Order: sequence, then structure tokens, then C-alpha cells
Amino acid sequence: MVLRLSDLKTDVHNDWCPGCGDFGIEAGLKIALTELPIDINKLVLFSGIGCSGKIVHFTNASGIHTLHGRVLPFAQGAKLANPDLEVIAIGGDGDGLGIGVGHFVHAGRRNIDMTYIIHDNGVYGLTKGQASPTLHLGMQTKSLPMPNINTNVDPIMLALASGFTFIARTYAYNTKHLKETVKKAVEHKGFALVDILQPCPTYNDINTKEWYGGEDRIDAATKKPTPRPYELEGTGYDGRITPMMSEDDVEKKMSQIIEKSREWGDKIPIGVFYQNETIPTYEDRIKARIPSYLEVPPSGQQLAKPDGTSPVNLASLSKQLLFERLVLAQ
Amino acid sequence: MLVLDQIEQYMCPNCEYPIDGCECACPYCSDFAGACALGGLWTFGLREYYSSIKGPHSYFEVRVNSERIRSHVNNVNLLATFDAETLIRHADEVNPGGGIIYDPSFSAVEIDKVDTIETPAVLRIKARLAKQGLPATVAGILDEAKRRNVNLYPIPYNDIIAKTAAQIGEHQLSKVSRIINVLSVSVSLALLGFDLNYLDQSLGRTFGGKKKVIEMNEIGARMAYDFAKDLAKQPFPYQLRPAQNQSRLLLMGNEAVALGKIVGGCRVQTYYPITPAADESEFIESHENFDLLDGGEPGKKGSILVTQTEDEIAAITMATGAALTGVRAATSTSGPGFSLMVEGLGWAGMNEVPVVITQYSRGGPSTGQPTRHEQGDLKFVLSASHGEFPRIVLCSGDLEECFYDAIMIFNYAERYQMPAIHLIDKSLANSSATIPQLRSDMVPIQRGKLINSGHQSEGNGEYHRFAFSDDGVSPRAVLGLPGYRFWNSGDEHDTIGHIEEDPDNRIKMMTKRMTKLETAAHEIPEEEKFNFFRSTKKQADVTLVSWGSTKGPILDAMRMLEKEGIGVEFLQIRLASPFPTESVREKLAGAKLAIDIEQNYTGQMAAVIAEKTMIDISNKIVKFNGRPMSQDEIYEGVKQIISNPSQNRRVVLTHGA
Repeated sequence: MVLRLSDLKTDVHNDWCPGCGDFGIEAGLKIALTELPIDINKLVLFSGIGCSGKIVHFTNASGIHTLHGRVLPFAQGAKLANPDLEVIAIGGDGDGLGIGVGHFVHAGRRNIDMTYIIHDNGVYGLTKGQASPTLHLGMQTKSLPMPNINTNVDPIMLALASGFTFIARTYAYNTKHLKETVKKAVEHKGFALVDILQPCPTYNDINTKEWYGGEDRIDAATKKPTPRPYELEGTGYDGRITPMMSEDDVEKKMSQIIEKSREWGDKIPIGVFYQNETIPTYEDRIKARIPSYLEVPPSGQQLAKPDGTSPVNLASLSKQLLFERLVLAQ
Repeated sequence: MLVLDQIEQYMCPNCEYPIDGCECACPYCSDFAGACALGGLWTFGLREYYSSIKGPHSYFEVRVNSERIRSHVNNVNLLATFDAETLIRHADEVNPGGGIIYDPSFSAVEIDKVDTIETPAVLRIKARLAKQGLPATVAGILDEAKRRNVNLYPIPYNDIIAKTAAQIGEHQLSKVSRIINVLSVSVSLALLGFDLNYLDQSLGRTFGGKKKVIEMNEIGARMAYDFAKDLAKQPFPYQLRPAQNQSRLLLMGNEAVALGKIVGGCRVQTYYPITPAADESEFIESHENFDLLDGGEPGKKGSILVTQTEDEIAAITMATGAALTGVRAATSTSGPGFSLMVEGLGWAGMNEVPVVITQYSRGGPSTGQPTRHEQGDLKFVLSASHGEFPRIVLCSGDLEECFYDAIMIFNYAERYQMPAIHLIDKSLANSSATIPQLRSDMVPIQRGKLINSGHQSEGNGEYHRFAFSDDGVSPRAVLGLPGYRFWNSGDEHDTIGHIEEDPDNRIKMMTKRMTKLETAAHEIPEEEKFNFFRSTKKQADVTLVSWGSTKGPILDAMRMLEKEGIGVEFLQIRLASPFPTESVREKLAGAKLAIDIEQNYTGQMAAVIAEKTMIDISNKIVKFNGRPMSQDEIYEGVKQIISNPSQNRRVVLTHGA
């Protein structure tokens, strides 16, 4: 059955602020879902706490609205127990890179085949605008009593260091780019990060829609604004690592990714920074130890025989611990 | 064949053979117990170790009997040592008529020079020796023992090691010196008159296919055995004889739990390394592919996925995510890890997820005493989290309960759709004992209102995960089940799972969740909630009330007290939530003299009983020095209270090194 956009709508009242980047993300994500060969019954969205966390209630697919910072372990647990599920985890930048950053790093190390979307607006919106970990040093967004005293964490660099095998950035109001990037992330075999830059019209008065749109940078010739985000795809940049690449080439590519991730300010690259399917997924690594893992995953196992008792052969399981009376010839 | 009724207790210091990190994994100590188990005897072993890898003193006590025993005693009959420190620390625990095995070269060691003994202990021992006019050396310790009629058995370990090396043609003595532990076990068996073949068999099990290692140990063991036989001019007063028996298991609490989890259908286990819980996860991981019976899936193996997480927050939330797919999922931790899990526990409570947490309590608070025993977490696990929600808390009392409860708790979790805590402790985790064989068919798997894939969704296809019902329990669909889309939220939610702050909805949802606890209290049979051990007398003189691992020493002490004509009954509370209020009230109402026995400072179960039943048990026997209670301590503590029952007494037990 073809999934239509209207199928993904729920009756839940949407309480995001007007003009919020979340709307752009919701729209792009939903379009991506309709364009992907996804069985809606197998789709589960997990979210954290913050404005972004509410997205699961606005989407008509199974949705698990978890704890602040904990979306990744919840989502990974479900995916590991049932690898047939299509799992997309969604959270904010405060959620995933502040309180949940430990999980971010370790999820990268595992490389489970799922997608993680970060709503990245530089502030903690739902608690009224404190500085989030992606806000740059010295910035004073409107509800901050003092300028931000911390440097920012870069999700792209952190993801690379942590072992993510798909790292992309997109922008909430570039719907086409957003949905294409999400589609690539979902189709990627391994753990995929999509960092989505978005304005928070209520609390971030610096990285606004106008700022991203470059309305302060009018091109002298065209008299049109010069948007800050630019698409990597249009520059010939290719962040893919392929199986046949030499070690040297891989190293060069890695440096190039780091270089790209350093760009910020007037030119903000969006697109796929890095993709590497040569690294085995966590599922592959489990399968090497548990051969039946994918055919009979944890959630697919029969826990009881028809008579209701356990099908486990306890005698065989406890063999090492059994001491049979030894009769000595005397 | 004569079977001695005499209880043997044997103590062997942990060798410098730390296979398993900080825990005493000395295969030799377990070889003594293993040899006894092969000889048909019951054993109970207690491990005490420091929170370190190598260095500080660890020891292993084994009690052996032809009758079932469930605890350790204060003093030992035979002390096997292979370092001076063990002698210095433990020689005074050997009963008159017992024996000490040691290397004569230790005699000159000065107590001051053993820097791994804590200063207070050094001062204590030196003062004791000075009082008797003895020097502050191992020689003084040995003289003291001799004066108390303890038999001394000097064994020149190094000579035997050198001879063994020569015989197998090994030039590197260090490679052979590891057998020192087996030498001490072998000497012990010689003194106890036990056939050395039992040890050989036990070694074979320990070392599996390593022929060279087995050979080396067997040669040394034979030499030590013969040496000891010649040395003991008079037979050692305690002799062991093999007994008839059924086959038994010799295992530790964390292995019993691991077996129970696999049998009980747990298929995802998450954990973050912590003492003393991690052994359980490691045991499961080393058995991640296991055989099924023919009635299961023929020719197929079952499997369980063990995932080591980045912290305990991830451990519980990952297990919870797994549980949402319908898998039986658990995590395993100790007090400090459980502290981190609390937010996840609340989410599971709010979203009615049947996730199981195995909590091995240890000395707290904070890092506390990581490798030592305490039952200090009962009230914590009962109330952990902000807000109110129902949970199951089941407390096992011995190794068999650890196994069967590990199955049962999944049934409770799924039937009542709430997080379930299996509360165990360090003493059970690390005690090893022989137990009758376990059965996989004793506890049927009950999954409650789980919607099978065969069902069609009701009504107009809209599934309400949190639908209201009389018993509070809603039909539970799992993620990925066609036709059953659902939502969860840590926010208060409506029946579908969407956020809902309406006050009427709040009342209904809170009531629904809390009703499940009443349903559980009503449905769970009383015999699963507590054990009641009757006195042989019609009216018991004293009613002991306790929970958890004190069960073993209490049952053993009861036997001693009953022999003296003191009628003792014992109420062991197993289910702390939902609490068996009526039954406990009834048992206590009829008690002549109730004594609460707990391994914590305040008597936490007594506080719970008071809260639930309004009955205040004012006589208490407590222990909080990090070492488990012995049979003797409980025996003495009970007698102390009986001797003057009119006073409200709090007896603090102190035994243990």
C-alpha cells in the first residue's frame, strides 16, 4: 500500500510556535517516509524530551516519546530486539548533545542500522531558551542573561569521532534537501545522523530564518539575499568511503570531512559529509556470534512450548555446573 | 560406610590467581568444594574479597556436610594457608582440635611487616599476642594456636613445587608455583581422609582439555597428599566420607539467576559492569546460544542477546525499548547502578512496560563496600523514582529461589505490565553451594494480556494501548505488530498514548495504573509471597521475621535452637511489593516473641511491616559490617533476646574478617 502524506497525520493538536523550524522538519520527514519503501507497520519513531519530542504525537506511526537525552538507548533496544523494525530516533540538540551525549558517542561505536535526526536550534526551547551545546561561544540569544560562556560541540565532528557511518546536515526550511537527506539516511546500512539546522523563532534571535536565508547579505548584482547554507552535492564534494579505496585515500577523505565540518558562519555546508558502508553493522557483528540472530531475533523467539513450559534444555545449559556422584572403585 | 555427622568447615585464602578480575575465581578453592560434591556431600561456600585485583586478602570458606547446610559458621576446623597474612588474620578462628596447614618458612614473618593488613587489625592482633607473652610474629600466632590444641601441619610447599617441576621437566619454577593452591587442597583432603581421586576428577573439570596443567597439578597433589599422610601421626579428628546422593548442581547465585533468566524466556539482557552483578551477564553471554528441548523448535538453538551499555541509564532504557517489541528483557545491576536507573524505572512504570531489573545489593551508600554484603536497598527499590507508580519487588532467599524467581518475575512483569525488581544481594551472588537439580518446567511461562499476532485489531482499527479495564491491565500490543499502532509517553497520556493533561484523565490513569498492584496482590498466590517455616512445637517461643539471603543461616540456626527445645518459626517475606499485608499481620498477631533479622542498620523490612500492618517489631538482630550472617551469630543473637524478652533489644552482629 502506497503511503500518502495524509496517512501520516494525527488529530493531535500541534502546539509548536508559529514559524518554528520543527514544522519544516516534520514536513520533510513525512514526505521522505511517503517516498521510501517502508512498511508503516514496521516503522517506529522514538523521540526525546523537548519541543522536538512531540513530533511522534503528530505522526501516525507507532511513536515512543521517551526521556530527556535517552532516545538513543530506547530506540537501539527496540531495534536490537527486533531488527525488522524501521527505527528513526528524533531529538533536540540539548537532548542529544547535552544530557544525552554519552549515548550519542556509544551509539556511534555500535553502528546499529537506524537513523537519528537532531533538531538543532542552539537553544533549549521548551525550558525557555537556555543555551544548548551547539550555541557558539559568546552568543547571547534573547533569553540569555549573559553571553554563552561555553564553546559549542560540533555534531558532525563528534559523530565522526564516535564512529557514525553516515553523517549529514540539512536545513529545516530546505524541504527538498531535507527529505532527500533523510531518505539517504534511512537507506544507509548503519547508524545515520542527520543534523537539521532550524530556527527557534521564540528564543534564538541570532540564527533566525532570515539569518539562514542570508537576508543581511544582499547580492549586489541580483539584489537577492545570499543564503548561508549551501549544498555539498552541488560542489562535487563526495564523502563516501567505498570498499575498494586505499588506506591513503580513506585518510585523505577523512581530512576533507573534518575540513568541511569546520565551515560555519557565512557559508554553511549541508548534505552528506560522510558515508561508510564498509564498516559492519552491529547486527552483522551479532550475527557472527549468534548465527540465528536475524532469522529468529530476540523478539521472534518462542518462549513457551504448547504446554506453557519453557522450551530451554536446562540440562544442557547447566552441564558445567552439574556434579554427578562419582563412585570410585575401591 | 559411615557418614560423619560432623560439620567440616574449611578455609582457603584466595590464591594469587585472579582469573576473573577482582573476584576470587580461584579454581582450586572450588576444587575443594567440587571434590566434596563429587563425593556426594553438601557444600556451602562463602567468598570474601577486597575491591581490588591483586594484593589484599581474600578468602573462601567451604562448609561440608552429609546433611544439607545453607550457611557458614563462625569458626573453622581446618585452615589451609599459603601466605603469612592468612595465618595472622584467621588462626584464631580455628576450633580447638582443628588444624592449620601452612608453610614452615612463614614462621619468622613479623606481623608489622605485612602491609596489606589494616593498622587496626595489626594492633588488635599484637595486643592479643602480647597478653599471652607471645612474639608479634607468625611463630607467635602458631604458638597461640598450639596452646589452644590446634594441630599444626607444616608443609614445605616450595620443596614439593621443585620436585614437581623436576618430575615434569619444567625449568621455570614460576610456571609450576601456581599449583600451591592445589597442594593445600590436596593436603586438606589427606588430613580429612578423603580419596584423592575426587580432586583429580574435579581438576579435570576445572582445566578441561589442558592436559599439561592437569598433569602438573595431579603430580603435585599426589606428592602433597602422601607427605601429609606421613606427617599426620594421629588421624585428624575430622574425617570426611563420601555419601550417597542424587546428582547436584554446584553454583553461585548469579549463575542461578542467569539460568533462570534463560529458562524464563529472557532474550535481551543489558548491563553496565558492576560488582557483584556483572558475573551474571558474563555467564549469560558465554551461553548466548543454547539448546532447546524437542518440544520447542527442533534442531534449532535459542539465543539471548547480551549488550554492554555505556551506563546504567542506557542499560534500563535499552532493555525497556527491547521490551516494547514483546521480548522478555532484563538488566542486572547493584545499588549504585540502580541509582542511575531510576528515571528509566519511572518511564517504564508510566508506560506500563514489563522490564525486569535484577538488583544485587551491596554495602552502600555511594561506592560503599563494593565487594561486601548488605541488604540496605529494600526501601530504596520500593520507592525509587519521583511520583507514584506500581512495581513488583521480589526478594530471593537462596540459590533455588534465585533461579525460580528469575522465571517468575517475568510472569509478574508481563501479567501486570509494570517494571519488576528482583532483589538479591552480594551474599547470594557470590555464595556457592550444592543444590538439588533445577527444573525448567516448574514455572510455566505466563504472558498476561499480550496480543498475539493472530488477533485482529478491535473496533475501527484504532488500538488503545492504555484502555481502561476493571483490573487496570490493558491488552498489550508490541511494536511492529500489524494493525496495532500505538504511542507511549513519559508525560501523562490518554488511552492511545498521546499527551493529555486533563484532570479527569489524570485521575483515571493514575487509578488504572495503581489498580494493577491490587490485581497483582489479589491474583498472586500467598505461597509465592512468603515462606513460613513452622516450629516443631505447637506454639513457637519465637517468630523470626526476615527476607533475602538471611534465610540460609536462619534455617540452620533454627535447627540448633529447636534441638535445645526452643520453638522457632520463621516468616520469610519474599514479595515486598505488592506486600502480603494480611498474611504478615496474621502471622505476627499470633507471635509470642517476634524478632526482625536483617543485614542493614535500621531494619528496613521491619519498617515496611510497620507501615503496612501497624505492627512494630521492636526486637531486632542486625548486621552491617559488610559480612553475611553466620548460623552461630543468629543462634546467639536469638538466645540473647530470649534471655530477656521484656526489653526491646537491638543486637548488632559483628563477625567476619
